[in-house]
Amino acid sequence: MADKILKELTLKIWRQKDAKSKGGFETYKIHDISTGSSFLEMLDILNEQLVSENKEPVAFDHDCREGICGTCSLFIDGRAHGPDDDVTTCQLHMRRFQDGATITIEPWRCGAFPVIKDLIVDRGAYEKILQAGGYVSVNTGGVPDGNAIPIAKPAADEAMDAAACIGCGACAATCKNSSAMLFVAAKVSQLALLPQGKIEAARRAKAMVAKMDELGFGNCTNTGACESECPKSISIEHIARLNREFLKAKLKD
Amino acid sequence: MSNFLTSSIGKKIILSLSGLFLIAFLCVHLALNLLLIVDNSGELFNIGAHFMATNPIIKIVEPILAIGFIIHIILASILTLQNRGARPIKYDLRRQSGNCTWASRNMYILGGLVLIFLFVHLWNFWWKIKFAGDPLLAEINVDGTAMENTYALVSGLFKSSIIYCFLYILGGIFLGLHLTHGFWSAFQSIGLCNQIWRKRLECLAKIFAFIIAAGFCIIPLYFMLGLAN
Amino acid sequence: MTELNAKIPAGPLAQKWSNHKAHINVVSPANKRKLDVIIVGTGLAGGSAAASLAELGYNVTTFCYQDSPRRAHSIAAQGGINAAKNYTNDNDSVYRLFYETIKGGDYRAREANVYRLAEVSNAIIDQCVAQGVPFARDYGGLLDNRSFGGALVSRTFYARGQTGQQLLLGCYGAMNRQIEKGKIKSYTRHEVLDIVIVDGKARGVIARNLVTGKIERFGAHAVVLATGGYGNVFFLSTNAMGCNGSAAWQAYKRGAMFGNPCFVQIHPTCIPVHGDQQSKLTLMSESLRNDGRVWVPKKLEDAKKLQAGTLHPNDIPDEDRDFYLERRYPAFGNLVPRDVASRAAKERCDAGFGVNNTGKAVFLDFKYAIDRLGRHVIEERYGNLFQMYEKITAVDPYNNPMMIYPAIHYSMGGLWVDYNLMTTIPGLYAIGECNFSDHGANRLGASALMQGLADGYFVLPYTIGDYLAKDIQTPKIKTNTPEFDAAEKHVTDRLRKLYDIKGTKSPDHFHKMLGHIMWDYIGMAREAEGLKKAIKLIAELKDEFYKDLRITGEFTAMNNELEKAGRVADFLEIAHLMALDALNRNESCGGHFRLESVTEEGEAKRDDEHYQYVSVWEYKGDDKEPELHKEPLVFENIQVAQRSYK
Repeated sequence: MADKILKELTLKIWRQKDAKSKGGFETYKIHDISTGSSFLEMLDILNEQLVSENKEPVAFDHDCREGICGTCSLFIDGRAHGPDDDVTTCQLHMRRFQDGATITIEPWRCGAFPVIKDLIVDRGAYEKILQAGGYVSVNTGGVPDGNAIPIAKPAADEAMDAAACIGCGACAATCKNSSAMLFVAAKVSQLALLPQGKIEAARRAKAMVAKMDELGFGNCTNTGACESECPKSISIEHIARLNREFLKAKLKD
Repeated sequence: MSNFLTSSIGKKIILSLSGLFLIAFLCVHLALNLLLIVDNSGELFNIGAHFMATNPIIKIVEPILAIGFIIHIILASILTLQNRGARPIKYDLRRQSGNCTWASRNMYILGGLVLIFLFVHLWNFWWKIKFAGDPLLAEINVDGTAMENTYALVSGLFKSSIIYCFLYILGGIFLGLHLTHGFWSAFQSIGLCNQIWRKRLECLAKIFAFIIAAGFCIIPLYFMLGLAN
Repeated sequence: MTELNAKIPAGPLAQKWSNHKAHINVVSPANKRKLDVIIVGTGLAGGSAAASLAELGYNVTTFCYQDSPRRAHSIAAQGGINAAKNYTNDNDSVYRLFYETIKGGDYRAREANVYRLAEVSNAIIDQCVAQGVPFARDYGGLLDNRSFGGALVSRTFYARGQTGQQLLLGCYGAMNRQIEKGKIKSYTRHEVLDIVIVDGKARGVIARNLVTGKIERFGAHAVVLATGGYGNVFFLSTNAMGCNGSAAWQAYKRGAMFGNPCFVQIHPTCIPVHGDQQSKLTLMSESLRNDGRVWVPKKLEDAKKLQAGTLHPNDIPDEDRDFYLERRYPAFGNLVPRDVASRAAKERCDAGFGVNNTGKAVFLDFKYAIDRLGRHVIEERYGNLFQMYEKITAVDPYNNPMMIYPAIHYSMGGLWVDYNLMTTIPGLYAIGECNFSDHGANRLGASALMQGLADGYFVLPYTIGDYLAKDIQTPKIKTNTPEFDAAEKHVTDRLRKLYDIKGTKSPDHFHKMLGHIMWDYIGMAREAEGLKKAIKLIAELKDEFYKDLRITGEFTAMNNELEKAGRVADFLEIAHLMALDALNRNESCGGHFRLESVTEEGEAKRDDEHYQYVSVWEYKGDDKEPELHKEPLVFENIQVAQRSYK
């Protein structure tokens, strides 16, 4: 329970100047890290060290540092969000590492997520998929009372399970096929489970899948890697529902 | 159904349906093959083989089966190529053992190995029965019906070559591994899966894959160990 | 001197908003298509406003520094959103929500604004349900509620511990729908660094493209700031790393006045600081106080042992536990408002009863709730929060009490706005946490989401029409004018100045130093001497900053250090204004606690005679002190009383 000090760590980090440049790994040494520190705090310390040596710090995405905004996105030691389950990179703590370890840090590798700089990738593809139909088409105002349509608790709970997606991209980053199916399924499934979303379920499933394919994500082969690396533990049962919704929609065409 | 086949899910659904069709074929095939060890005289197997060779419905199904194979192979190849292309720059270090099974990651390789086995298998039996012929196939008479002695061809192969026995055992294992993932994955892809059924299907897949693999492995083992006299 | 006019409509409180709506101007659909609106920030306030305005037909341009609107920090709100639905039949009403919000804010908010907030709260829930927000439901299929600090009724709607996330995704979905339709142009990874004023009106912004480092110009008929709060001035806070006050601060420097800058909220339930390597604090939802009991040991020797790590909290018997909130505030117990709970925790820790190695933590214990309700109930209610706690601290909160300590969470202060949410710059609006308007000196839990969405969905879309109705003849705002040239040059020069210092210390270094000054002197307890000292220390730090700052990397490229430097430069100035405001307000109210103004029992003592006003600060130049204006607060519908939760 009490925090220990990791005397020395070797960090092997992907550095890339910008989207067009060719990147490569750089190795850094860092000392005296508390096991109570988060992984990103360790990187903050590295960056402080780099600034003091007048070198450019490592660029990485991060924001809320509470595991909910979905900004942080590092591939650490061969796993999306590192060697812990059900966490985002910002919730990964240094107690997961041994003193003297070498830690490899890479950006998400996925053709649809090009690297912008160092460890930062562009996840605009996820935005585009949602823009294609990941919503309920209602305008502000003129809606019925919140309790006008009762929703069975199991359905509401399951919708919430899917809605927990933070759009971090770990699913596509970890999938051996770079498939975005879990991300798409989470939204399609959430809205298909609720009466409000059911109305345009067919259109939504078709539009989002078409956009996903267009953007160059791979195909799902049901390995389940996405759900085990998903920081919000979203289940691939939602992918089954997406498949169902898609098939239903296509059969009507 | 416009653009169904160009969509990722559409391709997956067809791949799954063809897979399920092939699974149904495997069941029939295994049931027939097990006659090899049920009846030492080979009579039952020969009757079965003769039925399969002459029944008109089977004759219709045969080319469909071939098409099933071809669709399964072509779609799997397209999907795999697309999937490879979706990650132009690979990771330097990957640790996937904890998050998915080896078989699920290597379905295409397993499928390829099964395919190689299939060619050998076709050359061993199907080719000889249908086209090339073999002295062992000399016509016999069972209950008044003239038929080829397919039993002799099969038992002859396994009795004469330990290498073939091992090859067929390996083929069975590859096929079993392919099915540990393929069986439940097919249901998942066509959407016939949920929280409760997933556990059942995954369990069923393991049992089914084991039965298929064990069933096909038993036959060469049976001849290899000299249990067929 | 600029005249402050809050433009509060006449008439009885309950009719003010409907009367106002009935009489303000409306822009016709054909004209809405010709009008452009810029919205800075895409959290609940900005996102909901963007979607609603685009649905109405305006051409909306949004900006966020994150890589997606969905990542705005509203997403981190956990507990819930208030609404006066009275679904629970516990005698809730618009008036009660209004009353509790005013009281919770320690009588330092405007009656009319707060009443309107309570009035539209119900429509927010309906809207969110229609968008597919999966609120928690009971087995009958109807919406579930829970209670929150400072309220006597159960009026908080929630979606597990992720309410902010679900509400934000709801309005992000509504935004996406408009982006797809081409009515919203969304600029992500863009930071707005200045507001462009043309002929006295806000007509555009200057933004830095954070990917390329280029400075870009954008024109519009009106500009809406929805940039959240400035809590990060404290360095360690529950705000996201990128949260900043820069856009609001530039607006202030362009003439928008700043209201109540010293009112910041300290949230009582955060995970304690673990050491000096920390860059961020993690919030644990206030909803935990529904079922958790807060305590420290009664005996000082037990506390000493806990600090030394030689005693396990579970080994302290109940009779030796001091449930100090229940002891001091029997009526509200563990559910007193945030400011009260925070101060009580600090009081115990200062007296030496802190329970961790730093002595700065108290227990929040679920043992009693688990005994009463069973583990599965607690798991269902707070499972994700418990998991998060365990991941961060490696302590299992089902079997050990959690440790918590107060941390900076929210800024009640912000840009001064009138009833229409317009700042003192015509055409410049401020909504959500960015403005000062609804929470007085302390915000109640689950009210931030309510205010953000109220402003964006149901207030701004009406009031902005009143202003834009006069602009229907104005053509598209051109950005190749001298005003835009000057504003762009101002931004570039300012960044260049920082970049060219070429000193030795990183922006984070100065930020951390500033955080220490803020926490020590402008934190949970403030006094005149300390505040004066803080003003001096901040000035010294600012000097050092401009002498010794080091920004590595390239100027015109993605450069996180340059971004941070710009934000810290503004924080240094915001800190100064906060200190001035805190020094001026010699009373204790809400989150602002002056040691000079306490009751005999050590509770906060308000001074209504001298301070029943909003402090409104006007920028007068970099080398001049700002000028203080006062907007008197008039309470016609509420009996102003010393707040009591006993």
